[in-house]
Amino acid sequence: MSLGRLRLAVPPWSYGFLAALALWAATTLHSGAGSAGGVLASALAFAAFTVLVGTGQMLVIASGPGNIDLSVPTVLTLASYVAMSVMAGRNALLVPGVLAALLVGAAAGALNYAAIAALRLPPIIATLAWSFVFESFAFDIGGQTRLKPPALLSDFAAARWGGVQIVPLAVMLVTLLAAVMLRRTIYGRHLLATGQSERAARLAGIAVGRVRLAAYMLCGATGALAGVLLAGFTGGASLNMGRSYLLSSIAVVVLGGTSVSGGQANAVGIWGAALFFNLMTTMLNSFGFQAGARFLLTGALIILIVAIVPRRRAA
Amino acid sequence: MPPPEEAPGAEFLAVRAARKTYGAVHALRGVDFAVRRGEIVGLVGHNGAGKSTLMNILAGTVQRSGGGFRIGAVEVGAWSPHQAQAHGLRCVFQELSLCANLSLAENTRILHRSLRGPGWRARAGALIGRVIEEIFPGLRLDPATRVADLPIGLRQMVEIARAFAVTDAPLGCVILDEPTSALGHEATGQLLSHLRRAAARGIGCILITHRLDEILAVCDRAVVMVDGAIVAERAVSGLTRGELVGLMGSIEAAREPAAGAAAGFPGAAMIDHPGRDGGDLAVRASAGEIVGFAGLDGHGQRERLRALLAAPRAAGPGGKALRMAYVAGDRAAEGAFSLWSIADNLTLCSLRALTRCGLIAPAAERDLARVWVGRLRVKAPSIDTPILDLSGGNQQKVLFARALASDAAIILLDDPMRGVDVGTKQEVYRMIRDEARQGRCFLWYTTEIEELGNCDRLYVFREGRAVSELAGAAITPARVLEASFGGRHG
Repeated sequence: MSLGRLRLAVPPWSYGFLAALALWAATTLHSGAGSAGGVLASALAFAAFTVLVGTGQMLVIASGPGNIDLSVPTVLTLASYVAMSVMAGRNALLVPGVLAALLVGAAAGALNYAAIAALRLPPIIATLAWSFVFESFAFDIGGQTRLKPPALLSDFAAARWGGVQIVPLAVMLVTLLAAVMLRRTIYGRHLLATGQSERAARLAGIAVGRVRLAAYMLCGATGALAGVLLAGFTGGASLNMGRSYLLSSIAVVVLGGTSVSGGQANAVGIWGAALFFNLMTTMLNSFGFQAGARFLLTGALIILIVAIVPRRRAA
Repeated sequence: MPPPEEAPGAEFLAVRAARKTYGAVHALRGVDFAVRRGEIVGLVGHNGAGKSTLMNILAGTVQRSGGGFRIGAVEVGAWSPHQAQAHGLRCVFQELSLCANLSLAENTRILHRSLRGPGWRARAGALIGRVIEEIFPGLRLDPATRVADLPIGLRQMVEIARAFAVTDAPLGCVILDEPTSALGHEATGQLLSHLRRAAARGIGCILITHRLDEILAVCDRAVVMVDGAIVAERAVSGLTRGELVGLMGSIEAAREPAAGAAAGFPGAAMIDHPGRDGGDLAVRASAGEIVGFAGLDGHGQRERLRALLAAPRAAGPGGKALRMAYVAGDRAAEGAFSLWSIADNLTLCSLRALTRCGLIAPAAERDLARVWVGRLRVKAPSIDTPILDLSGGNQQKVLFARALASDAAIILLDDPMRGVDVGTKQEVYRMIRDEARQGRCFLWYTTEIEELGNCDRLYVFREGRAVSELAGAAITPARVLEASFGGRHG
């Protein structure tokens, strides 16, 4: 009963924020008040990339049970390679490079959905298969070498605006756009309707295939954008830059309050979950935990949080 | 083949005042039914008349809520499928009950447990092969064939043969529920001849079929069920097809005549959907018309509605294609969005009109939801109530409101009043007539004959085709039933 009241008082998507706040407080207590600002700033900076990738993943997951994009890490890498190649280190080519990356991301999403729709493959298989193709393309373009970003991109990725980092602010804007899109646009409604019941959506006149196609394309595009920003942030595109975003992009979506069975999405909650993950790593590092213990605790906490999130009712 | 002159033998099985209720629904309201040894009883009635419930009670797969049960001269209380089998009662139900992953011989073994010990497969194969040859001569089937590899018609024949195969328990009576719907002409003839031969050996049969000619050709007695009760019982000898149709239709209560289209309607033609072939009528409908799709359940009405939804639309005034809305009868799977509130569910098809500068205007959306919740009298605390918190009838009203609130000129109704209480039905009927009077066009598939009284015109479907068209005063239960069952001479 008390657990039920707690659930009513606090919406599930805020669990991530609450947990992140607790971890931040714990780290601050351990390392002294002087570290608080720095810990938060670095958590925001790293979380921004996870949130960007996770926002696209959220749209795909919300589009119906079984929909998931496992090609996100390789799309991110490929788009980053394409962008760096187009930019060729020159500031003047920044915009064409970003556009090329977005195009590659959207095309990758379209290819993913084409394999799902035309060949009737389960999304988990189709996107996994394409991820190998995308990875080999990236290898073809850049190989093992690190492609350097133009100076302007590096500056932007590190820029602060009155002491506040620009990239997290920009990603917050993306989150806001996604939240508004879900609640206030026809596409958002159609996406959530499709995710709840494909048959009912079809009979309500919704072009289910087009809705899902757009979700996969948007997912590719957000992954591509993350790839470009990450190249600026870390000093270049490399072949394994996307690796850590496969599981984290899915974990933040689920912890953020999006239903894995589709039809319900929460854009803001992704931030809470991403901050939680980053602050936990920081905290365990500052406590001197080994990597093994860190992974163990991360896994246990994910299970705990997902377990206390209320499930959707059976229809 | 004429029925035998002599009276059939002793009573094999009987129920008295058998009742079956599911919650508040009375599936059977006190039925007396008996079958004698060597007697073939034909059982007819509209969908939902209670035929299948009665057969399930006889077969032991459903427990009766009340009433007596006698097998031979012995009164029995609880009755199970195993007991039914041991007493020689076999069933061939519509849902094929063969295991698809097993061979014919293995499926035979499931029903005949005495086929055991070394070499049971060969004996089971020989048994089923012998019976198939007896009922359907010339049909060569390898008993080692997997059922999954057979087409539906052959599966049905195997299932029938399995029911007639005899091992240790004597065979007393076979229940056949629509056995011929999957069979071709020749196989149907062979089956009916076999039923008469079996009857001559004292094996009774209960035959459920909507093909009335089969009843007239092979049965000794016809039993008519309507609304969970037996309304007529006649010797088939001397009975005509027309009389049989009449027995099913005569008890339908008198109803208020069709409202009739208002002045100025029917207006502009909105639908002209050609049939698949010569035997399938084109479906036409105009503004202001309520057009019904009648016939027995599952005879192609729903498929035709879906085809209409997918077909290219005619242009309306202004040259834009006419919009359509669909109201599903299967609320849980095809209608309601279970995570959403009443308002979200209701406005889904009207979003374009509610959008300002690319964004849905919340105030306009809530106004629309409030207006329609009021107009259809949806009983709910607020428009933000989750749709699943509503009763079935109120959920259905929300789905109706979704279609009516949209700008659709054509509204397709897919048996939407299934499981809805009477009061709600009357309110919705009134709403449909009002909307038609304002120029909307309704295509309405219903399995409930009384609902057809709301239609101006209707198409009766049979075996996947729209086979006849009735309009105005010609819409009577008798005419609808006649067309559903293939006409007086069909």
